[in-house]
Amino acid sequence: MATNAIEAIAGERRRVQLAVSGVSKHFGGLCAVEDVSLSVAAGSITSIIGPNGAGKTSLLNMISGVYKPDTGTITLEGRDITRARPSEVAALGVARTFQNIALFGGMTVLDNIMLGRHVRMKSGILSSVIYWGLAQREEVAHRARVEELIEFLQLQDLRKQPTSALAYGLRKRVELGRALALDPKVLLLDEPMGGMNQEEKEDMARYILDVNGAWGTTIILIEHDMAVVMDISDRVAVFDRGRKIADGTPGEVQRDRAVIAAYLGTRQERAEAAE
Amino acid sequence: MTTPVPTTLPRLLRRNAEDMPQRTAMREKQRGIWQPYSWRRYWEETRDFALGLAAAGFARGDKLSVIGENRPRLYWAQLAAQCLGGIAVPVYQDAIAGELAYVLDHAETSVVVAEDQEQVDKVLSLKAQLPHLRLIVYDDPRGLRDYPTPLVRAFEEIQAAGRAFGQIRPLYVETEIEKAAAGDVALFSYTSGTTSAPKGAMLSHDNLLFAAGSMRAVEEVRSTDEWLAYLPMAWIGNSLFSMAMHLLVGFTCNYPEKPETLQRDARELGPTVALAPPRFWENQLTAITVRAADASPAKRASFRFFRRLAERAETLRASGQTVPPLLRLGLLVGEFVIYGPVRDQLGLGRARWAYTGGAALGADTFRFFRAFGVNLKQIYGATELAGLCALQPDGAASPDTVGPVLPGCEIALEEGEVLIRSPGVFKGYYKQPEATRAAMAAEGWLRTGDAGFIDQRGHLVIIDRAKDVGKLADGTVLAPQFLENKLKFSPYIGEAVVFGDRRPFVAAIIAVDPATVGNWAERRQLAYTSFQDLSARPEVRDLIRGEIERCNAGLPPATRIRRFVVLNKEFDADDDEITRTRKIRRRFVAEKYAAVVEGLYAGQGEVALSAAITYEDGRKAVLESTLAIVAVEPAGEAAREAAYA
Repeated sequence: MATNAIEAIAGERRRVQLAVSGVSKHFGGLCAVEDVSLSVAAGSITSIIGPNGAGKTSLLNMISGVYKPDTGTITLEGRDITRARPSEVAALGVARTFQNIALFGGMTVLDNIMLGRHVRMKSGILSSVIYWGLAQREEVAHRARVEELIEFLQLQDLRKQPTSALAYGLRKRVELGRALALDPKVLLLDEPMGGMNQEEKEDMARYILDVNGAWGTTIILIEHDMAVVMDISDRVAVFDRGRKIADGTPGEVQRDRAVIAAYLGTRQERAEAAE
Repeated sequence: MTTPVPTTLPRLLRRNAEDMPQRTAMREKQRGIWQPYSWRRYWEETRDFALGLAAAGFARGDKLSVIGENRPRLYWAQLAAQCLGGIAVPVYQDAIAGELAYVLDHAETSVVVAEDQEQVDKVLSLKAQLPHLRLIVYDDPRGLRDYPTPLVRAFEEIQAAGRAFGQIRPLYVETEIEKAAAGDVALFSYTSGTTSAPKGAMLSHDNLLFAAGSMRAVEEVRSTDEWLAYLPMAWIGNSLFSMAMHLLVGFTCNYPEKPETLQRDARELGPTVALAPPRFWENQLTAITVRAADASPAKRASFRFFRRLAERAETLRASGQTVPPLLRLGLLVGEFVIYGPVRDQLGLGRARWAYTGGAALGADTFRFFRAFGVNLKQIYGATELAGLCALQPDGAASPDTVGPVLPGCEIALEEGEVLIRSPGVFKGYYKQPEATRAAMAAEGWLRTGDAGFIDQRGHLVIIDRAKDVGKLADGTVLAPQFLENKLKFSPYIGEAVVFGDRRPFVAAIIAVDPATVGNWAERRQLAYTSFQDLSARPEVRDLIRGEIERCNAGLPPATRIRRFVVLNKEFDADDDEITRTRKIRRRFVAEKYAAVVEGLYAGQGEVALSAAITYEDGRKAVLESTLAIVAVEPAGEAAREAAYA
């Protein structure tokens, strides 16, 4: 009991970086997200799990500004971003990757990641075209950061390859690189390991941990592979049919009756758990 | 008056740092850009690391191992150990745990400098077997933040501790450097051991500098040369060039970004001199052949046409004949459309010379590269001779010899075995006096273990490993390696092991080259799942039979290959079948595949095989299968000979 209290105090002290409170989203008659609250500590890895259609991606979309919630608020470091446009959210330091890879297939690995620096670039069209002075210095500085990421993600030999020619797992890695190019404070990963084989998953898990360790980036990810989620997460939030049904450390969540019911239970048990 | 040449590697480093502080000593490709390090920087980084080692208790005679790909810091670390009178022990980065534990324990290594987490993990897992290990230093910090200190430390940490120590003892390293003698041991080079457990050859500063210096006496090595350090760090050939020659001559040593980018980095850089083991040349030839086969029909035809021209001209030149004017005109055109571009792709566009060494290279492969304008020459040496004792000067290139011995080397023959005496002869094997005695004949002569002779021009000819040379039942002398190299010229044959000692005829075990045979199968729409499946295809057997018949056509009838099997696994260093430098461990293979060899000579149609295989993580499994034995009919050869005539 005493240790729990200490942990609670320690938890309070950890700075909340992203807070979602009482958020709902309806699409016509369909309720995608219903009264969800979630607070994410700075520098933590939080996983969101749940069956298909549980509202996980909808929540990420609201955080990143793609959807506007019907009710509730979202704050980033105390600043209200509920109504912010995706570009504004990105400029505030929230980057994301997509469930279905969204890269420019004809462009090289280098160019795709460079694109992620876009919001950090200051020079206008004219000076960029002339490419002299500030614009040149800026390009060099950005390229240096991109090269750092290429090294970090071990993509050196693929720098000049068009991404369409890459294997699936590598494209996912390039997408992570592009998100990191934003120098994000918060990184949203939508199924970063979806469709990967075991080895690719282990690699990606390693990169996620390394990103978190090296730059203290707060990470929120949606993932279906339970083994990975339980291994790398500080906190796990479980969604089912638009609601958050559990939230805690991996150990707590694994013991949670509602979670067991939602994941493993029969329809009857599930009904009981819902009562 | 000229100042005498410094006599130890650290003194050479100090000389270079004083004489040419701003010149580029090293260039490392990082983040897509070649980052230069000056000679002064090389010295300062080395000194700081040496101070850090000293502060951590590293004393004279202690051993420091490096493990990883070529990285400047791994060289700074080796030189730092030598500055303190210690010994550098580079080890193979792809060694499996058991081998690594053996070498690190046997060498009594107290400090390991590892490239990255993978290598640190490997060493940490062996900690219990390494009582002498006190410190593991890493270069790349990735993933290593939470590792146990003080055992595992960052390179910068050691250097920072060194600078603090340097405040108290400012000239500590300089004083230690002065204490060294030229005859002190500088390096343990563990032989890859084609026969037994690795042996640590002790090489002194003057061993290494003799080998480097005597090469420079006969071959042009310039201080403006660009050298690419990509060879395995544990191979003596690498230590000789990337360390001793680098310090002696003062050229620039370049480190590729990672192994996967080697080809592109080499092309970007254009090294002016090169050294590669035969395997490299064989692989490059295979890659060129595959790419040519995949090209459009017009390109394919022009490649074939100009290749034939070039090889014909090279054959004429090699036999001392003049090349007729029309052929010369053809070569001129070929230089523009084929030869130049191919050399450029190989990264050899600027190379004044390129050496092949470490094992024998097949004559046909050798001729191919020379025909394409690569000044490829042979070099010969042994770990026990600091890597070098003979090479071919310009104008003496030949696939059959290894050139005259270097100035300062004496050569003698004893029952066909080559003996060498020179200041390059090593100080013995570490802690293995028995092995040392076996390797040394009387009066300082080293037994190379190679069978050879001196030809009429005074050039050394190496036939094979002395213990491998055998006789067929009818008394015909048989040099298996010669036949194997002939077989390996076929792009489809990856490895071959030939048998025949005290047997009625010659037989071979063949491992196909997965890249070319895979490509060949795809073009014939032949479906296959794995190497094992591909190897077992009757079509592949026929393909290999055709290649062997072609090879047989160029051999005297007695030594032609009469029977063979296509093995369903590749020869692998993890299974001890080849060494880390990719030399076949013939005796081991003969023992392991004894049943197959018996089958080859028993006249059976097939033979059952159960072979132990080792996975990369050290797990073992047994492969059970049946191999078909193929006979090569003299009739088929006769037809081919007629067709070729």
